[in-house]
Amino acid sequence: MEPNLLRYIWNHTRKQQIWILTIVLLSMIPYFAAFDLPKQIINGPIQGEGFETPDATALFMAFDFRLPLLGWTISFEGIELDRLSMLMALSGVFLLLVVINGLFKFYINTYKGRLGERLLRRIRYELVDRVLRFPPSALKQTHGAEVSTMVKDEVEPFGGFTGDAFVQPALLGGQAAAALFFIFLQNFWLGMIAAVMVAIQVGIIPKMRRRLIDLGRQRQITARHLAGKVGEIVDGIETIHAFDTSNYERADIAHRLGQIYKIRFDLYQWKFLVKFVNNFLSQLTPFLFYSIGGYFALRGSLDVGQLVAVINAYKDLPGPLKELIDWDQARQDVQVKYEQLLEQFDPGQLIDATLHEPDAIMPAHPDGPLSAHNVTIIDGSGVKIVENATLRIDGGETVAIIDNAGSGAEGIAKAFGRLVWPVSGRITLGDADILELPESVSGRRISYVSPDSYFFHGTLKDNLLYGLKHAPTSTVSYNGREAVTRRWEINEAKLAGNTDLDLHADWIDRRSTSVLRGFDDDLKQSIMRALDAVQLTEDVMELALHSFLDPEENPLLAERVVAMRHALRRTLEEEGLAHIVAHFDPSAYNSEATVGENLFFAATRSAGNGDADITESPEVFDVLDSTQLSDMLYGMGLTIADNLVEIFAGLPPDHPFYQQLERITAEDIIFYQQFLQRLQARTEKGVSEEEKRAIIRLSLHYIEPRYRLGVLTPDVMETIVSARDRFYENLPAAIRGRVERYDPHRYMAAATLRENVLFGKLSYRVADAPAKIRPVAARIMDQQGLYESFIALGMSFDVGSGGRRLTLAQRHKLALARALVRRSDFYILNRPLPGLDRRAQEEIVASTLRFLHEQNTNASVVWVLSNTSLSRLFHRVIVFDRGQIAEDGTFEALDKESGIFKSLVA
Amino acid sequence: MLLNDEVQLLRQVPYFSRIDPCKLKLLAFTSARVCYHPGETIFRCGDASDSAYVIIQGTVELSVTSPSGENVVGTATSNSIIGEMCLLGDAPRLAHARAVTDVEALRIGKDCFLKVMADNPRMGIEVSRALAETLRDQAARVEKRPVGLLEPAH
Repeated sequence: MEPNLLRYIWNHTRKQQIWILTIVLLSMIPYFAAFDLPKQIINGPIQGEGFETPDATALFMAFDFRLPLLGWTISFEGIELDRLSMLMALSGVFLLLVVINGLFKFYINTYKGRLGERLLRRIRYELVDRVLRFPPSALKQTHGAEVSTMVKDEVEPFGGFTGDAFVQPALLGGQAAAALFFIFLQNFWLGMIAAVMVAIQVGIIPKMRRRLIDLGRQRQITARHLAGKVGEIVDGIETIHAFDTSNYERADIAHRLGQIYKIRFDLYQWKFLVKFVNNFLSQLTPFLFYSIGGYFALRGSLDVGQLVAVINAYKDLPGPLKELIDWDQARQDVQVKYEQLLEQFDPGQLIDATLHEPDAIMPAHPDGPLSAHNVTIIDGSGVKIVENATLRIDGGETVAIIDNAGSGAEGIAKAFGRLVWPVSGRITLGDADILELPESVSGRRISYVSPDSYFFHGTLKDNLLYGLKHAPTSTVSYNGREAVTRRWEINEAKLAGNTDLDLHADWIDRRSTSVLRGFDDDLKQSIMRALDAVQLTEDVMELALHSFLDPEENPLLAERVVAMRHALRRTLEEEGLAHIVAHFDPSAYNSEATVGENLFFAATRSAGNGDADITESPEVFDVLDSTQLSDMLYGMGLTIADNLVEIFAGLPPDHPFYQQLERITAEDIIFYQQFLQRLQARTEKGVSEEEKRAIIRLSLHYIEPRYRLGVLTPDVMETIVSARDRFYENLPAAIRGRVERYDPHRYMAAATLRENVLFGKLSYRVADAPAKIRPVAARIMDQQGLYESFIALGMSFDVGSGGRRLTLAQRHKLALARALVRRSDFYILNRPLPGLDRRAQEEIVASTLRFLHEQNTNASVVWVLSNTSLSRLFHRVIVFDRGQIAEDGTFEALDKESGIFKSLVA
Repeated sequence: MLLNDEVQLLRQVPYFSRIDPCKLKLLAFTSARVCYHPGETIFRCGDASDSAYVIIQGTVELSVTSPSGENVVGTATSNSIIGEMCLLGDAPRLAHARAVTDVEALRIGKDCFLKVMADNPRMGIEVSRALAETLRDQAARVEKRPVGLLEPAH
C-alpha cells in the first residue's frame, strides 16, 4: 500500500478532488456577491442613494465587464426600475443568492462526505483483503480484536480528512495569502511584521504539535491493546473463572485505562498549551500594529488612515491561518495513524491476489497425487517439526499418519492444508506447487479439518454448507427498484475498489457435494449422510426438539406436529403404554403436573435470561385472591409445610437431599418451621401477606405422585380445573400475552417442539419413562414423514459466536461433517476428534472412510490419528519419529516388523 | 398410597424396622414410586447398580444366566428389598429382576441409601446384621448342598 496517506488519497480521488475544488471556487462568486448586496440595498433603495427625486430610477443589473487579455467586452444595459421596485428586485436577488449559496454548500458537503466514505470503504476493504491474504506465519501474531478495532475505528478519521485533504489547504492558503497581500498593499513594513509573525506561527506551532502527535500515537497503540485485551478476556472467560484470576484481569484493565488516562491528560495539557501560544501569537501582531504603528503614526511618519486599513485587513488573516495550521495538524495526525496501521497490515509477504480470484467452476487441473518433496517445517519457535520428509498420497488411498515422538504428523497435515508453509521443499498436487495453485483448485480438491476449525456465527446449516461457498453459482435477476439498487451497489463497490460479487446470489456449489448422483436432493443427502457418518444426527434431533417453532412462519409443519401429537397418543394407547404420559386435557386435572401448572394450564416462555418465573409474579397472587383460590391453596400449603418441616428439619443445609426439592432450600425450611411454631403459639395476631404467599407457593409447586402427601383431594382438583378459565381471564394483560393455553388441537409457539409433540407430562411412577417413549415417538415421526422436517429444524439452530453454543465434541464432529459434505480428492483430517472416547472414535473413523469411499472411490483420506490402534482401518500407515518418516507401509506389513509401529500399537 | 403408608411399609422391612419413623419418612420422600407391568425388567444382570427397590406390591422374579440357560434364583414379594447388596459395593447387578405381576416399588437411590445409613448408625448395624444373617444362611446351605451354590439346580 502507498506509504503516504495524502498520496494515497490523491491516487484514488484525483478527479473528484479537482472537481470539488472547481466547484468550491465557483461557489465563491455568489458567496462574495452576497457580501456586497446588503450594502447596496441599504445605501440604494433604503437610504435613497441615487433616488434623490421621487420618480428617479436606477438601472438594475447593469454591468460592463472587460475580459483582460482578449479584450472582449460583456455588458448588460440593465432594466430601469424605480425605488420600490429596486428594493424588491435587490431583495429578490439576495434571496436567490441565499438559496444558491445554500445549494452550493449542500452539494459540496455531500460530495466531500461521499468522497470520504468511499475512501474509507476502500481502505477498510483493502485492509481486510490483506488479512485474507496474510501468510499463515503472520496470522499467529495477529490479534483478532486489535485488527477489528483497527479496521473499524482507527481508519475512521481518514474518511473525514479525505474531503478536506486538498480543498481546505487550497482555499485557506488562498484566503491567507490574499489577506497578507492586502496588508502589504496598505503598508509594506507593517506587512512585513505580519509576514514575520505568520512565519513564526507557522514555524513554531507545528513543532510544538509534534509532541501531540507522538502522544496521539501512544494513545492509539494503548487503545488498540486495550481492545485486544478486552477481546482476550471475553475469549478466555472460562479460563479466568476456572483459575480465579478475574481480579488479575481487573488490575490489568485498570492499569491500561490508567495509562490511557495519563496519555490523554498529557495530550490535553499540551493541546491547550499550544492553543494558548497560538492565540498569543495571533494577538501579538495587532499589539505590534498598535504599539509600533501607533508610535510611527504619532511621530507622523505613518498615515493614520493607512494604519486603520492595515488593522482592518489583519482581521481576515488569523482565521484562515489558524484553520490552515489545524489542517496541517490533522494531516500529520492521520498520516501517523496511517503509518501505524500499515505496519500492522504489512507482513512482508502476501498471498498473491490472483490465487484468490473467484471461480464458480473449479479450473481444469490435471489429476495427480498429493506429494511432499523434501519438506522441512519449523514451528513458531524455530524448531524443526518435520525434517526432509518425502511422501506421496495416491488417489483412492487411505493413509493413517501417527507420531511416535514430536509432532511431525500434525506438521505435515497442516502443510497439506496450507496452514503452514514449508521452509524448504515443496508440496505438490499433480505437478504444481499447492502454494502456487489458485485456491479455487487447492481449496476444493483438498479438504482440511482440525480440532481448531472455526465456526461462524449463524445456523448449523450455514456452517455445514460453509465449505461449498466458493463463488456465486447463479446470478440473481433483479426487477424494478431492486435492479436500480443493485446497479447502484455494483457501481459504488467498483468506485471504492471493492468486489461486486452478489452476497444474495446462490453461493452453494451444488456440483461439488459429496453425494453426487445428479439428483435434486444430492445436497440434502450429503448433509444427512455426513451427519450420520459423524454421529451427529441425534444431537441435531435433540436441538430440534428443544427449539421453538413459529406456527405463523411454518403453518404446515405446525399442523403436522399436532397430527403427530394425536398419532403418538393413539399409538401409546394401542400399545398399552398410555400410562407413561399424562396428557393435558382442558377438562381434567393433570396429576403429573404441579398445581400451578394445572391452574395456568398454559405454556409459558420466559422473555429472556434471568427473567423471573411469571407463575410467581405478584400479579398471580392477586389473581389467586380475586378468584377465591388463595384460602384453599393456603390450607394445602400448611399441610405441605408441616410435612416438609417434619421430614427435613435438622438436616444440615448442604445435605444432598435438598436437591430432591427443586425450589426449596434449607433457609426456606427454617422459615416454614418458625412460621408454623408461631402459628401454633398464636403469639401473633395474623399472618402477613408475605408469609401467606410463601405458603401458597408451596401448594403451587405441589405434585401428588412426587410428594405423596395426600393433600390433593378430588374436590381440590375439581376446584382447580373449574377455576382455569376464571383464572386466565383475571390475569393482567401483560402476563396473559406471554402464556399460551393448552389446546390439544393447536400448536403452541411458547412451548418447545418436544412439549408440543408430547403434550403432557411423563409419569413419575413409570420407571424409565423417557426410554420407553423414545422408540415409539421415533417410529411415529418416521411414519408421519416428519424426520427430515425435524432435522431441518435442528439445522436452523444458532451455533453462537465461534460455535460456543455447541459442546466441544459436537463442534469437532461438525467440523468433520462440514468437510464430508464437500466433494474433494484429498481429505486431510488432522486429529479431528480428539476428545471422543475410543469406541465412538473407532465408529466414526470407520463410517467416515466408508462414506467417502462410497461416494468417490478415488478420494484419498489422510488421517492423523491420536489413537494408533485405529490404523488397522487404513490401507497404509506412516509413522513419524522426531520429524522424520520412520516407517511407511501397510498395517499388516508394519505389524509384522518389530519397529516403532509395533511398539506403538502394542 | 401415601407417604405415611410407605413409611409403615418400610418399617416392616427388616433393615428399616428400628429406624426412627421420621428418618424413614425422609427416605421414602427421597425415593421414587415406580410401577412395572408383568414381564417388565426392573434391572438386568451386569447393569450398574444405582438403586435398591423395596417392593410394595406384586412379585418379582430374580434370575441369573448361566451357560446352561436362565435359572430362577428367587422371588421377592411385598415388604422385601432387592438390589441392596450391590449398593454397598460398587459391583454390577448379579441377577436379572423381572416383574411377574403388576409391581409397585419404591426406588431408593444409592446416594440416599448411603446417606441415610451414614446419618443413622443404627441402620448401619441393622444392615450389617442382615448381611451377616444372609451369609450365615448361605453358609448353612453350602454345608447342606455344596454343589448347589456352584451349579444351581435346573
